[in-house]
Amino acid sequence: MGDVVLEMRGISKYFAGVKAVEGMNLTARRGEVHAIIGENGAGKSTLVKILTGIHRPTAGTIRLRGEEVTFRSPRDSQAKGITAIHQEVSTFPELTVTENIFMGHHARWKGLLVDQKAMRGRVKQIVNELDIDIDIDAHIKDLSMAERHLVEIVKALSIEAEIVIMDEPTSALSIQEVEDLFRVIRRLKEAGKAILFISHRFEELRQIADYYTVLRDGQYVGEGSMEGADVDTIIHMMVGRKISELFPKGDATIGPVVLEARGLARVGVFHDVTFALRSGEILGFYGLVGAGRSEVVRALLGIDRKTSGEILLDGKPIVLRSPSDAIKRRIGFIPEDRHDEGVVVNLSLRANVTMVVLKSLCEGPFINRSKEKALTAEYCGKMEVKATSYEQEVKALSGGNQQKVVIAKWLALDPRVLIMDEPTKGIDVGTKAAVHAFMRELAARGVAILAISSEIPEILGMSDTVIVMREGRVAGRFAKGEADSEILIKTATGN
Amino acid sequence: MANKSSNQRIIKLLRRRETLLVAIILFLVVAVSLRAPNFIGFENFSDILNDTGILVIVSIAQLGILLLGGIDMSVGSNMALTSIVIASLNVSRPDLPMASLIAISLALGAFLGAFNGFLVAYLKIPSVIATLGTISIYRGMTFLYSNGYWVNSYQMSEAFKMIPRELFLGVSAMLWYAIAVAVLFHLFYNRIKTGREFYAVGGNLEAAGFAGVNVPRIQFLAFTLSGALAGLAGTLYVSRYAIAQSGTASGFEFQTVAACVIGGVSFSGGLGNVPGVVLGALFLGILNNALPVVKVSPFYQMSLQGGIILLAVILNTLGDRNTRTKIIKRRDFHE
Amino acid sequence: MSKPSVRAGLLRALSWEVILLVILVGMMVGFALVAPNFLKYANIMNSTFGFMEKGIIALTVTLVIICGEIDISLSAMIALSSLAMGLASTAGAPTGVIVLIGPLVGAAAGSFNGILISRLEIPAIAVTLGTMSFFRGITYAVLGDKGIKDYPEGFLALGNGLIGETNIPIPLVVFAVLALVMGMLLHRTRFGRYAYIVGNSKKVATYSGISVANLKLAIFTLNGLFCGIASVLLTSRIGSTRPNIANQWDIEIITAVVLGGVAITGGKGRMVGVLLSVFLLGFLKYGLGILNVQGKVAIIFTGFLLILAVVLPDFVRRVNERFEYGSARKRAI
Repeated sequence: MGDVVLEMRGISKYFAGVKAVEGMNLTARRGEVHAIIGENGAGKSTLVKILTGIHRPTAGTIRLRGEEVTFRSPRDSQAKGITAIHQEVSTFPELTVTENIFMGHHARWKGLLVDQKAMRGRVKQIVNELDIDIDIDAHIKDLSMAERHLVEIVKALSIEAEIVIMDEPTSALSIQEVEDLFRVIRRLKEAGKAILFISHRFEELRQIADYYTVLRDGQYVGEGSMEGADVDTIIHMMVGRKISELFPKGDATIGPVVLEARGLARVGVFHDVTFALRSGEILGFYGLVGAGRSEVVRALLGIDRKTSGEILLDGKPIVLRSPSDAIKRRIGFIPEDRHDEGVVVNLSLRANVTMVVLKSLCEGPFINRSKEKALTAEYCGKMEVKATSYEQEVKALSGGNQQKVVIAKWLALDPRVLIMDEPTKGIDVGTKAAVHAFMRELAARGVAILAISSEIPEILGMSDTVIVMREGRVAGRFAKGEADSEILIKTATGN
Repeated sequence: MANKSSNQRIIKLLRRRETLLVAIILFLVVAVSLRAPNFIGFENFSDILNDTGILVIVSIAQLGILLLGGIDMSVGSNMALTSIVIASLNVSRPDLPMASLIAISLALGAFLGAFNGFLVAYLKIPSVIATLGTISIYRGMTFLYSNGYWVNSYQMSEAFKMIPRELFLGVSAMLWYAIAVAVLFHLFYNRIKTGREFYAVGGNLEAAGFAGVNVPRIQFLAFTLSGALAGLAGTLYVSRYAIAQSGTASGFEFQTVAACVIGGVSFSGGLGNVPGVVLGALFLGILNNALPVVKVSPFYQMSLQGGIILLAVILNTLGDRNTRTKIIKRRDFHE
Repeated sequence: MSKPSVRAGLLRALSWEVILLVILVGMMVGFALVAPNFLKYANIMNSTFGFMEKGIIALTVTLVIICGEIDISLSAMIALSSLAMGLASTAGAPTGVIVLIGPLVGAAAGSFNGILISRLEIPAIAVTLGTMSFFRGITYAVLGDKGIKDYPEGFLALGNGLIGETNIPIPLVVFAVLALVMGMLLHRTRFGRYAYIVGNSKKVATYSGISVANLKLAIFTLNGLFCGIASVLLTSRIGSTRPNIANQWDIEIITAVVLGGVAITGGKGRMVGVLLSVFLLGFLKYGLGILNVQGKVAIIFTGFLLILAVVLPDFVRRVNERFEYGSARKRAI
C-alpha cells in the first residue's frame, strides 16, 4: 500500500439545514484505485464537489499530504493537485485537443508567445506514456465521448495532479473503450497517482479497484480491500435498510392495458423496448444512470425521435410528435430536472399549476381568473403545497414544495397516464412520503403510472411491476414480490 | 503514404472558408473586369484597397467582440467622435506631430471602448443594449463637440491629410496600418495566451471560468481593443476623406458585422479568425466598388449588404447545425 | 401570516411601476415650475404627436422582449411599409387601401424575421441586424435620394388630426386603444401567459405542450404589424415617405420598453410600466424642447437612459429579492 495522500475525517455538509453528507471518512493512497460506492443520493457527488472546491464542508477536516487544507475554489483545489473528470465533460468544442488541455495555463515562450511546440510536445509525451491513440491536433467537436474522456485524463496529467477523481467514467463507453480506459488508469497507478473511482458497476470495480468506501444516505458506512470482497456484502452495505413499512401499496384493481410500447428503439441509444401499462398499475423502471430509461420516455412522448417501434393507446396505434400531442391524450410527464424542465421559478404558483390546462380555463381568448384561482386552490390543496399565497413566485418555495407544484400541474390535466422521472429526487423525507401517497391514490383511481427511479426501496415498495434496463435494453421484468434489492442490482449491472 | 496525406491537406484546404472566399473574390474581380477592363487597373485597384483598409481594421475590432458572443454596435459612432476630436485638434494645434495624433486617437478610442467594456463586463448589461446606448451617447457627443459644424479639408494641415497617403515601399500608409493591425491581431488571437482565452470565453463561458480564465477581464479587454481600433480607424477615415462631421461612419457597424459573418465568424461566439475577416472585408470592399462600375445604383448597396448578412448568417447556421447534430448524435449514442 | 403580507405590501409599493409614476409626476411638476406653458392642456395634447408612433411599437416590442428575443429592425420595417404605402398612393390607391397596405407589409416583414428566428433558430440579433439594412436598403434602392409626397388629403389627416371637435389627437386614441388591447393580450389571455413562460424557460414551455416556434412567429408578425400601423401615422403626419424615415428609432423604442421594467433577459415585465415609460420619455423630450435643449443632446440622454433603464430595474429587483432570498442570476454577455 502506498502513502496516504488524502484523508477526510468527519466531513459534513448541510444545505440550508438539510443534510447532504454527514460524518464522511475517506482515505486515498498513492498508486491505488479507490472505489466510492453508493446509490444515487448517497452523497457521492457532494463529496466530489467538496474535494474540487465547489462546496465547502460545514464540519470536518481534510488533510492533504499530512497537512490540513481548505479548498477555496475549483482553481485552488486544482493548484493543490486535485482534478476531477466529470461525466459531462466541459470543453471547448471548436478548439484542438492540445489547446483544450492547456486552456488557462498555456505554455509560453519567454513569457510572451504561446509556445505551441512545447505544448504539443508535452501532450504528445503524455499521450505516448499512456499509450493512447488520439490526434492531438483534432478539434474536440470531432471526437467521440470516449476520446473526450481521454483528453480529460491527459489534462489531469498535464497539470500534474496527484489525485484524479473519475465520476462514472465508464457510463458512456463501449466495452472496448472501457478496456482502453482501464489500461490508462493502470498507468496512472504505476505513476503513483491516487484515483477516486465512482461507479456502480461491480464487475468493473473488481477489475480495476484496490479499495472501496461505501456511502449510504449521505453517511459513511464502511470500507475495505477490494481483494476478496464479496459483492453481496457490498450491495448489502449500499442498500442497508430493510424495505420499510413506508411503502404499503394500496390495493388498486389493475385494469386493462392503457398504454403499450412495442419494439421501441432509437439507434445507438436504446433497443427493442416493449412494455404494457395498465390502468391502476405502477410500473417501475429501474436501471443505472445512463441505462436509457429517460431516453425511452422522451422518445415515447415525442421529445426525441424514435427510429422504430409502435405506441398504442387503448389498443390503437398513435403518433406523438411532441408533448402537446401527449397532453391532448391526457398523458402527463413529470421530468427529472425540476428546475429546468418542471416549473418556471420566476412565475407565480397559479401560472405554474394552470400551465398545461390553460385552454380549458379560457372563455373566448381570455383566461377566467376565478376559475384559474379555484383550480390552483384545488390542486395545491390536494398536494398540500405550503405557500403564503398562490401569487407567490415558485422560487420562494422549498424543493419539496416545488415538486408538489409540478405534480399539481400535471394532476390538473386529470391524466390517464402519468410518467414520472425520478419523482422524489432531492426532496425531504416528509414530502417523499406525501408523493408516494399520491401515487398510490392516483393508481387507486385508475391512473396508469410509469415511474423511473434509481432508488431501490422506492422501486420495490411502489411498483406492481418492475422493468430493469441495462445498456439500452430491457434486462429483466419482475412482478411484485419477485425481486429484491440484490436481484435488481445484479440485473442492472449485469452481474 | 506521403501522397495520401498531401491529398488530405489539399482537401482540407479546399474545404476552408478562406479558400472559398478567395475564389469568390477572384471570380468577382474577373467578372467585373470583363465588363470594365480598367477595374483591375493599378490605380483603381489601389483605390479599392485603400478604401477597404479602414473596413479591415474596424472589422478586426468587431471580430474580438463577436468571438466572445457579443456585438459592438458602437464602432461607427466611436469613429465619428474620435475623428472629430482629432480633426479639431489638428485645426487648433497644427504643430502637433502626426504620430501623437495617432496615439491620441488610439487612446481616446480605447477609452470609449473601455466604457462599453465596463457596462458589459462589470454591470452585466447585454452587449447589444449597452452598445446601442453608447451609439446615441457617442453620436450626441460628436454633435455637441462639433456644434453641428463640419471640419473641412482646407482647415486641415497637409501633413494630416498625408497620414494615410504616405508611401512606403510603394504602398500607402493606409495599407500598412491595415496590414499591421491584421498581422498583430492574427498573432494576438493565435499566439498570445490572452488571445486564445477569447476563444475559450466565447466557446464555453462556464468552462472558461473553471479553467481559470478571468472572464470579465477578457470582456473588458475585448471592448477596449475594439475601441482603440475604431479610434485609429476614425483618424484614418477623417484624414483620407478630409472631412469631419457628426454623421461620419454612420452605419459602419453593419459593414463590419457583414465582413465578419462573411468571413465565417459565428454569432454565438468562439469561432472566427483574422484571415477570414480580412477576406470578408475585401469582398465587401471590392463589391461596393464594383457596383458603380457595372452601373448598379449606389442606393442598392445597403439592401445588398443586408441581404449578404442574412445569407451569410443563414449559411453559417445551417453549417453549424450540421456539426451540432453530429455532436448531439454522438452524445445520444453514449448517454 | 400578517408579517409576510405586510412585507409583500411594502414590496409592491416599491415596485418599479410606482417608482416610474413618482418620477413622471416629479418631472411634470419640475417642468411646470420652470416653464409654465408646459402643463397647458393643448400643449400637452399636442406633444403626444411626437411619441405615439414609438409608443405603439413599444407595445409589441414588450412582447418580443418578454418572450426572450430582441428586434432592432423596427425603424427599417417602418420605412418598408411607408414605401409600400407611397407606391400604392402613387399608383392612385384610395386612403382606405393605403391604410391597409402599410400594416400588411409591416406584418409580412415581421413574419420574415419571425420565420428565420423561430424555424431556422438563428439568433434574433443576427436576423434583425440583417433585415435592418435589408429592409431599409430596399427603400433606398427604390427611392434613391427622392421621397414620395403624393398622398391623398384624407390620408394626411390621420397622423395630424384631432378627434372631432376635441383637442384629442388621433394617434393618442389609436395608441390608447392598442395599449388596452395589448395589455389585455399580455395579462389576460393564454397567448400572453405563454409569452412569459417561453421567456423564462423554453424547456418547461415545450414540455407543457406550448409551441415555442409558433408563439415566436406570431409575436414577430404582430410586431411587424404594429410597425406598419405606426408607419401609417408617421407617414401621414410628416406627409411623405423618405428612405431615412424614422432613422434610429430602435434605440428609443427599446429604451422605453426596458425602462418600463421589462427584463432584457426575458420573462418579466408589465404593460403598465411600459405605458408609463412611454409617457415619461415623451414628456421628457417635450420638456427639454420647451427648455430649448437641442435634440442631439436629448439623444445623449436617451443613450444614458437606455443603460440606466437596464441597470436600475434590475437593481431594484435585486434589492427587493434580497429581502427574501439572495439570488444571483446567471447571464451571458
